[in-house]
Amino acid sequence: MSADVARAESEAVANTVKVRIAPHLARLFVDAPSLLDIEAATVHDLVAALDARWPGMRDRICDSRPAIRRHMNVFVDGRRATLATELRPGADVFILTAISGG
Amino acid sequence: MTRVLTLLGTKKGAFILESDAARKDWTLSGPFCETWPMNHVIADANSGTIYAGGGNEWFGPAVWASRDHGKTWTHSSKRLAYAEGKDPITTVWSLASGHGRLYAGVAPAGLFASDDGGETWAHVAGLQEHPTRKDWNPGGAGLILHSLVLHPEDARQMWIGISAVGVFHTDDGGATWQTRNTGTRCDFLPEDQRYPEFGQCVHCLVMAPGPSGRLYQQNHCGMYRSDDGGKSWQSIEAGLPSSFGFPAAVHPRDAETLYLIPLNGDSAGRYMPDAKAAAWRTRDGGATWQDKRAGLPQHNAYINVLRQALAVDRLEPVGVYFGTGSGEVYASADEGETWTRIAEHLPSISSVETLVIDA
Repeated sequence: MSADVARAESEAVANTVKVRIAPHLARLFVDAPSLLDIEAATVHDLVAALDARWPGMRDRICDSRPAIRRHMNVFVDGRRATLATELRPGADVFILTAISGG
Repeated sequence: MTRVLTLLGTKKGAFILESDAARKDWTLSGPFCETWPMNHVIADANSGTIYAGGGNEWFGPAVWASRDHGKTWTHSSKRLAYAEGKDPITTVWSLASGHGRLYAGVAPAGLFASDDGGETWAHVAGLQEHPTRKDWNPGGAGLILHSLVLHPEDARQMWIGISAVGVFHTDDGGATWQTRNTGTRCDFLPEDQRYPEFGQCVHCLVMAPGPSGRLYQQNHCGMYRSDDGGKSWQSIEAGLPSSFGFPAAVHPRDAETLYLIPLNGDSAGRYMPDAKAAAWRTRDGGATWQDKRAGLPQHNAYINVLRQALAVDRLEPVGVYFGTGSGEVYASADEGETWTRIAEHLPSISSVETLVIDA
């Protein structure tokens, strides 16, 4: 885990956020919805929570550096995020595929 | 009724062609694996499970599995990863199943093993610790571990092929590895450096059946055989139209019979010589070669066959199959004597393997 992710994890407070998942990511996992509410303090925590519900989803969003995959994007309130990005209550999170990977 | 499945890995998913023992009429199903590029689709002969290895530019590498002959699929890449900070794995290039274990060769070149049918993976780290590792260089398709040959009886022994690094052998389950490149050339190096310890561009490595332990290798620079587990290689390219090609497939019961698809050279388009399609067969371990063309296109056939896209089945007589970069599959139900196109208009084909399901 990178230092900035660890720092964000230790300082941030979990909030309920709204998550949208690109359909072709969601359909890789049985019963994964394209829209859900989830509690997380950071994008890193959010991905961990998704992975706990749908094992393997972290590997599709993140690589082993660890970082968000080169051709994946996570937007938080309209801004491109990293794993360390903190989440405010009610934040709008969109996990989608980049045009560069298609 | 005997079922024959021809498993295809393509740039846009896995496909399955199915026939009966006559291998005359075929039906196609797919695309599977959410149309991810699939580099290698194999079957475990004991369980019948089909595995597909590949990677997606968005979602990374994974191994897909179907335990009902293609009806449903799952995927996993749990711990199919290098340590944090290393270059991430981009894709799975090769699969092999045996001795109750599933192996995956990946890019950048490395080896992983699964003891639970591809659900979780462990890095076979000994390969990365080889003293030559810092000097490995990629071939045209990247630094890829594309050939996995398991010893049929000794689970500790394995041979692998990496482009453009060469052949390695382990006899301790992957803890340590030895180079196995003596006698294979590097035509792309200065004349006095053409037989290095490693750096060869191996294209495909296969093992002959039976107790001989013979290996065959299609290399970027020549065709070879080894009768001592890869410790030394002898050229068997005399009589072939080209020293360049990608795949090789050996007869399942006759160590002397091998099939190749020579291409016209590495800098002349990489299609079949004179744009006339042919599979080449030897019945004497590479001493002599025969071109088998009956039923294959002989006019304007600017087609290629990639390193994992030639296969045999285990029926009698043996079926031979190859898939082209332009999405055609050709099959012979008589050991290569005559051929029929059994699929066309598919995505570019990366791999062909077979599964025979007995009644």
